[in-house]
Parts: sequence; C-alpha cells; structure tokens
Amino acid sequence: MIQPGCEQLPDRDLKLKVDEFSSTIGMFKGLEIDVGRIYSEDWDEAMGPTPWPSVGTLREWDRKLLKRYKPFYMPDCDLCCLCTFGKCDLTGDKRGACGLNMAAQQSRIVLIAAFIGASTHTAHARHMLNHLIEEYGRNTPIEVAVNTGVEAPNIRLVCGIRPKTLKDLKDVLDYVESQIVQLVAAAHTGQEGDNIDFESKAFHAGMLDHVAMEVADISQISALGLPKGEPETSLAEVGYGAIDSSKPVIMCIGHNVLPSIDIIDYLMNNNLFGQVEVGGLCCTAHDMSRYNERAKIVGPISWQLRFIRSGIPDLIVVDEQCIRTDVLQEAKAIGIPVIATSEKSCLGLPDRTSDSPERVIEDLSLGKNDGVLILDPRKVGEVSVKTAMNVWKRRGGKKGFKIKEIEELAGTCRGCGACVQACPNNLPIDVAIKAAREKNYEPLVSLYDLCVGCGRCESACPVDLPIISMITKANEKSTILEKYPIRVGRGAIQDVEIREVGQPIVFGEIPGVIAMVGCANYPAGTGDVAKISEEFLKRRFIVVASGCSAMNIAMTRDEDGLNLYQKYPGNFDAGGLVNVGSCVANSHITGAAIKIANIFAKRPLRGNYEEIADYILNRVGAVGVAWGAMSQKAASIAAGCWRLGIPVVVGPHGAKYRRMLLGRKEKEEDWKVYNARDGKEVYVGPVPEHLFYAAETQEEAVVMISKLAMRPNDTNKGRAVKLTHYIDLHQKYYGSTPDDLHLYVRRLQDIPFTMRDEVVKILQEQNWVEDKIASPDPTLLDRLVRKRE
Amino acid sequence: MMPGKMITGQIAEIPGPQKALIIQSAESVAAMVKRASRPLFVFGSEAQNITTNDGDLIDAAIKLTENPKNTIVTTGHTIAEFRRRKVEKVFSMQLMNLGDRLRDPDWGGFDGKGVYDLVVFVGFTYYLEWLVLSGLKNFAIGLKTISLDRTYQPNAGWSMGLMTEREWKDTLEKIVSMLVEVA
Repeated sequence: MIQPGCEQLPDRDLKLKVDEFSSTIGMFKGLEIDVGRIYSEDWDEAMGPTPWPSVGTLREWDRKLLKRYKPFYMPDCDLCCLCTFGKCDLTGDKRGACGLNMAAQQSRIVLIAAFIGASTHTAHARHMLNHLIEEYGRNTPIEVAVNTGVEAPNIRLVCGIRPKTLKDLKDVLDYVESQIVQLVAAAHTGQEGDNIDFESKAFHAGMLDHVAMEVADISQISALGLPKGEPETSLAEVGYGAIDSSKPVIMCIGHNVLPSIDIIDYLMNNNLFGQVEVGGLCCTAHDMSRYNERAKIVGPISWQLRFIRSGIPDLIVVDEQCIRTDVLQEAKAIGIPVIATSEKSCLGLPDRTSDSPERVIEDLSLGKNDGVLILDPRKVGEVSVKTAMNVWKRRGGKKGFKIKEIEELAGTCRGCGACVQACPNNLPIDVAIKAAREKNYEPLVSLYDLCVGCGRCESACPVDLPIISMITKANEKSTILEKYPIRVGRGAIQDVEIREVGQPIVFGEIPGVIAMVGCANYPAGTGDVAKISEEFLKRRFIVVASGCSAMNIAMTRDEDGLNLYQKYPGNFDAGGLVNVGSCVANSHITGAAIKIANIFAKRPLRGNYEEIADYILNRVGAVGVAWGAMSQKAASIAAGCWRLGIPVVVGPHGAKYRRMLLGRKEKEEDWKVYNARDGKEVYVGPVPEHLFYAAETQEEAVVMISKLAMRPNDTNKGRAVKLTHYIDLHQKYYGSTPDDLHLYVRRLQDIPFTMRDEVVKILQEQNWVEDKIASPDPTLLDRLVRKRE
Repeated sequence: MMPGKMITGQIAEIPGPQKALIIQSAESVAAMVKRASRPLFVFGSEAQNITTNDGDLIDAAIKLTENPKNTIVTTGHTIAEFRRRKVEKVFSMQLMNLGDRLRDPDWGGFDGKGVYDLVVFVGFTYYLEWLVLSGLKNFAIGLKTISLDRTYQPNAGWSMGLMTEREWKDTLEKIVSMLVEVA
C-alpha cells in the first residue's frame, strides 16, 4: 500500500494540439488533448509503500536514525542574519525573534547546505538531459552498464519507476525539483522550528541529490557513450606533465562536460587533436576522459589558481560548479581569455551565443573581450579551439610565471604572520617566505603539496605577495613534469559483480566497501587519500573512488614507481580500486549498496526506500570517506548516504559543516533492533557507531573507518575478519589494543583466531558475557518482523 | 573578580557577541584550575609538533599527570606518542566523541565519577578547536573552558591572546609548573 503523502506520478506525457479538425460531428478549432503519463507496465515488481516520497514521507525512518545518531552542533556563527528582525544572537539558550533556537538554526544551515548541493546537481542534470534530448532524441534508450538489468537503482528505489528512455528521466527531475522547492520553503523564517525535523529534511535533500546525480550520469553514459561499467577502462594521464605546454592549451574547469565535449568533437572532426591540448580541472576532467581518453586530466579543484598562474593555458573554458569566481581576473593577469558556458556562472561577460563564431574568435584573440558567454554547448568547440590557437600565436610561445624573482618578492615581507592566520591549515608560510629571502626555497617547496590553493593568504597579505605563485614557481621544475596514470571513470557497478560480492559483503567476509569521494580540501596534503585507500586495499576491502579524491589517489607512487591504479584492479571485488568517475557518478556508489539489497538479497526495490535503507544500515559494511570535503554538494552527497544508512567520515575541515551525527556506544538502549525472526527487541552493540564523523588525523580516520564497517548481520567469520582489521589498525596507529572490544565481540567465535588469547584477557577485564550482544535477523522496522513470539 | 578582560581587537574568526576573556597571567589560569573540582586537560594531535621551553606539549601533559587531580585526555591518534614514552596515566578519546560527551550532563567521565567542570584545551589546529569550543559554548551551558593555544580562541571562556612564541612558552611553562603542585 502506498503511504499517504507520497507524490503522485507525474501526469503529463501525450499532448495533441490540432489547429483545425473537421469531422461528421462538426468542426473544431484550437483543439488540445492532454493524456496523462503512460508507463509501459512490463515491470512485474509490485509498487512499494513510498514511491515519489514527499518531504514528510520518510520522516519516521529519519527519526529512527536521528534517535540513535544524535546531532552534535558546532555553530560557525552565533547569529542569524536571514531576516530583518535580526541579527539575532542565538548563543546558548537564547532564541531569535522568530523563536528559533541555536540547535534549530544549525540544522537549518545544514538543510540549506544540503538543498544547495542537491539543487546544483539537479540543475546540472536538467541542463544535461534537456541538451541530450534535443540532440539525441527523447527516445534514446538508457543503457548504463553491461551485464546489468538494474539500470537506475536510486530512481527505482525512490520514484518506483524503471526508466527506459531519456524522456522518462524528465519526470524524475520534475519530481526532484518540486521537492527541492518544498525544502527551500521550509528554511524560510517562521516555518520549520524543530532541529530534528530540519535534519530529516536535510536527509530528504540528500536522497533527492542521489536521484538527480543518477539522472545526470546515466543520461550522459547512455547518449554520449561513456564507459558502461567495464572494470578495466583505459588509463588516462593526470598531472601538469600530461599537458604538452608547447602547444595551444585549452583548460576546461568545472563539472558539466557538455561544452568540453564540443571542443573534443571539434578537435576530432578537424584532425586537430595532435595540435591542440585540451585538459580539465575537477570533475569535467573526469568526464572528458570518459568521453575520450586523449583528453588530459590536469588535477583537482585545488589546482585552479596554481595552474592558471603557471601561464600554461591559452584559453580557459568554465562550465559550472566549484570554479573560482575570480577566474576572469586570474586569466587576465596572464593575458588569456575566458569562455563561460553556463547561465549559472555568467561572470559578468557579454552573451555572444548568437554571434558568428568568426567575430567572437576575433574579439577574443585580439583581446577586445576579456571573455565571452556562450550558452549553446555546440557553439563552444570551434570558438575555443580557434581562439586558443590564435592566443597561443599571439603569446609567441611565451608561457610561464609572470612574477618577479622569488627572493625579491620575499624581501618585501613584513613578517606579520597574517598569511598563517588566514591559511585554513595554518601552514608556516611566514617561515617559508623568510627562508626564501636567503634563497633557501626548500620550505616553499614543502608547502606545495600541503597547500589547498584557496589563496586566502594572498588576500590577507598587507603587501600583496603572490604567495600561491611563489609556492608554485618554487616547485616549477618538478611539477611541470609530474604525471600519473589514472583509470578512466567506469560509471556503474555491474549486476554480475554485485551477484559475486553480495554474499561476502553482507556476511562480512569482504570486510567493507570504502568510498573515497569528494573535494580536495585536505588537512595535510594530497597523499592522505592514497594512504587511506591503500591501507584498505591491502586488507582486501573494496575501494571505490570519485571526483577529486580519485585524482589525488593517483598522485602517490611507491618505491617501484607505481601508483594504486597500477597496483590494484578496477573491478568491484575484494582488493579492487574502482574509479566511478565524476561527482554525479557518486550515485553509482549508493546504487551499488542498493543493488546488494535488491540483487543479492532479493529485497523489493520499487518505491521501497525504508526497507532497503534498513537492509544497508544493518548488513552492508559500506563507509563513505570525504577526506577533503569542501562544498555544499559534498554535504548533500553525504546526506543521501546518511538516510540510506551509510556512515560518512570526513577530514577535520568537515567539522565546518557544523554538525556531526554521533552514536554513544556505551548507551545500550540506543543499539537495539528487532529480530525479524521473532519480533523481540535485542541489543546488537554499537554498529555502526556513527553516521557522520570528523576525524582529526588521517590515522584516526583509518581506525574509525575500519570500525564503522561492522554491522549487526556480520557472521562470526565476518565479524572476526572485521575485528582483525580494527584491532590491527588500532595497534598500528594508537599503539595499543582497543579498549572497547567488549562492545563488538558477541561470542567467542567472533574473536580473530590469531588474537584470541589477548582479546579474551581484555574481555575478562571488561566483565564481558558471551551472547549479551545478539546476532538477530536485524531490522529497525517493526513491519518487517515475520513471526512474533 | 574575573581573571581576565575582554579585548575586542584580537584577530580571530569572531562568532558573535559572546567572546573569550583574555588570560591575563599564568597565575589566573592556575587559580581557576585549582578552584575547579574536576578539571580536564585535552591535548590535541598537534601536541607533539608544538615545542615548549623544555620539550613539547606531550612533555607538558606528562608533567601534569604528576598531580592526581588533573585528568589528561589526548585526541586523534596522539595516545600512541604517550605510549611510546611509556606513559599510561593519559586517556584517549577522539575529539568529536569527547565534545559530544562534554555537553552531556549525565556523562560519568573517564573514571565514572561524573562530569568535568573545567576543560583546558591545547595542541589543536585553530579551526578545529574553534568549532568544538563553539559546540561547548552553546550546548554545554555551565561548562568552563580555557584555551592555552597561542592564538586567540573566541569561543572559549578564557583564551590566551595573540602573543609571541617566547611569551607563550614562558606563560605555559609557568602554568604547568603551578598545576603540577599537589594542592
């Protein structure tokens, strides 16, 4: 039975308009016939209880989660300044003029971040879908992955439909957009007032986000021919050295690949690929390489400033999301133009979409315009390629930094330390500048990998030192050559792979699936994501990667000169390193967890969100890791994981999302589930312990990740495998055996054989009792109890 | 009489109207800690990277353990460094878990004897300490907090002001030496 409150299926599809119609019964003028949405019903799965869920439909499920994982708020601001009653001071137990308290205000900010993120992916998906329908037709079939029947697990789960062609995805986006409007409205002054309800709405935004991301990625996979889930995609190159700077260089920045596709097509159609280099920064680069591996990946989002300052690009093309909003000023400083291609990011540029390419090329090449806005992706290719070639000629091959000598610049430093205060990581910039005065560049060199490239140090500097440029120039000789192989994003996980690994994951014998996602706001350099990944790859976890993390994982080599993509295979199996692709490909990660419940466990998928999320929370040892999470999109991606029962670990900067979702492992009453076999409520121990957690150090994160992979459903063998890793990692990084093993060992068979004596001794000290922790058929949903005693 | 005064010109990310009082002297910190019935010292993951007059912040923490009234906890994976230095009288808890418990009036503490009434933070990255102190300022009403890090932490109850490295090391040395003494 469909729960009350669920949105109805979108009701429009066939529209017939007849200007004039003559029949035996008379003459009709301006006749319009509108027929409701028709889905071909060859899907024999019955509709579940929550298709097209509205804002409140899954509220009870959210509240179950939030009762266990309570928010810990860390306000970034004690004030609310969103209406004219304010500013209102909410410190402590105060309330604002509207009645809101601090907890509600913080959860409101969490919601705002989540719906900004969800909106961003949805807008991306809408642009992508509309364009692809216009270019390839609304009946273009959805073909996502080989050996795969469940083409769109998030859409099937949330919407209860099985999309077959691009036009079916329009309804999905209609639904997502209508829901986001509801969420935005809830954040208005004088609407929602309860922090837990705000949190539930943030979860809703996250769930919608994964649906929207799925729309974006499966539509581009289907229409543009991106890789269809093949494990061993080709190797592309990532890094400065991937770019031949002696040629004209087009630098594409952002996330929406459509303009870049036109550039690649133009190069291909005109046999210019050998003459012009096209590279990307951030997720656009991933999708460019998925489209054509000859496109180069320069690096993650944090490299924007340093790569522009290097002087290597001859033209910058920006699409949307995470682009530096001062890109025009930066480009101007090195004498190159910018082409903006999205209505969401016009940058103040003149709209030249309708002008002839020749005129635009001339104006950009001669510097009459610093940049232009071209909103039709199919007009970007020719303008970009010809402009880059002209600018390259005009520059006469004179690329490189346009700054004075480092020691000369360093000589003007006042030593005030404002740069260090402004730096998100408090890097010792002042010390490095001081050393540079004496021509000792080593400290500057060492900052390169630690710098997140935000440029706040430059803004703070009272003498306007170009600190990012100085750091980059000090590293010029080494960085200019750096390039690494990266396995091109493969997209979805195949159904056949899920069939192979479903059982060992659910029983715990594959100890977990670790998803390395998100941005590049790292606390201690790019190497951490590779270290975390390898720690788990060596232990035969499945590691999935996307976005900037997938790029940075490539940028660490071992003593044999190999990186992780060269050492580990790309299949979704124990010890596999799976690059799914760009941000929107994150939907395949949640999709894989959903498919485990559906394909392996045969749980019905269609409009059946709660049951699938309950299954994942209790059985699938998946953990999301966003070590450098920066954006609102990262927040909404995480929120989609939380509602689905997947814990997320972020780096210390992730604490700036100002709210954690933390379990209290010592409170037994928080860790009870129903045993679906007999309906009894039983204690299962604190697994997984947290839903959203910021680690202070990479070492802390590794230990916590291994612990969060435990689930109530683990078999004895599976729990023993997981405990082996938890204990071993704890000993490695904390220098001791964990003191909370009595909460995770259910019976003696759970204890790793090689650690038995030591663990038993610890358990005895903790007055551990065998079978106090139950091993039920676990569920939080009373309705899933099969038999009651 | 408050052992500090509000200084509005400190360089910091200011959260709102309620800001930390500046610690005026080592003696005032020592007095506050001695007045507390259950003080807790929290040493962050930067502790081993921050040098003091006679070692690093780990050494300072080890000295503080000499006074049984002081409870010392370290966050991140810093406990490993204490273990390497053969120190057992230090607890370990991850910062988020600790912040979550410090706001809970029913938390029994590391010894099961109840909540702490004063918490002293040192050895953290600026922003992370800022955020956790914000959480405590707003949701652990009544809990007194002190930051001994070198930069002004506006969300603490009391904080060091911005000072030179030399001044900070001297002040810290005095504070530690006074708190080692058993009352």
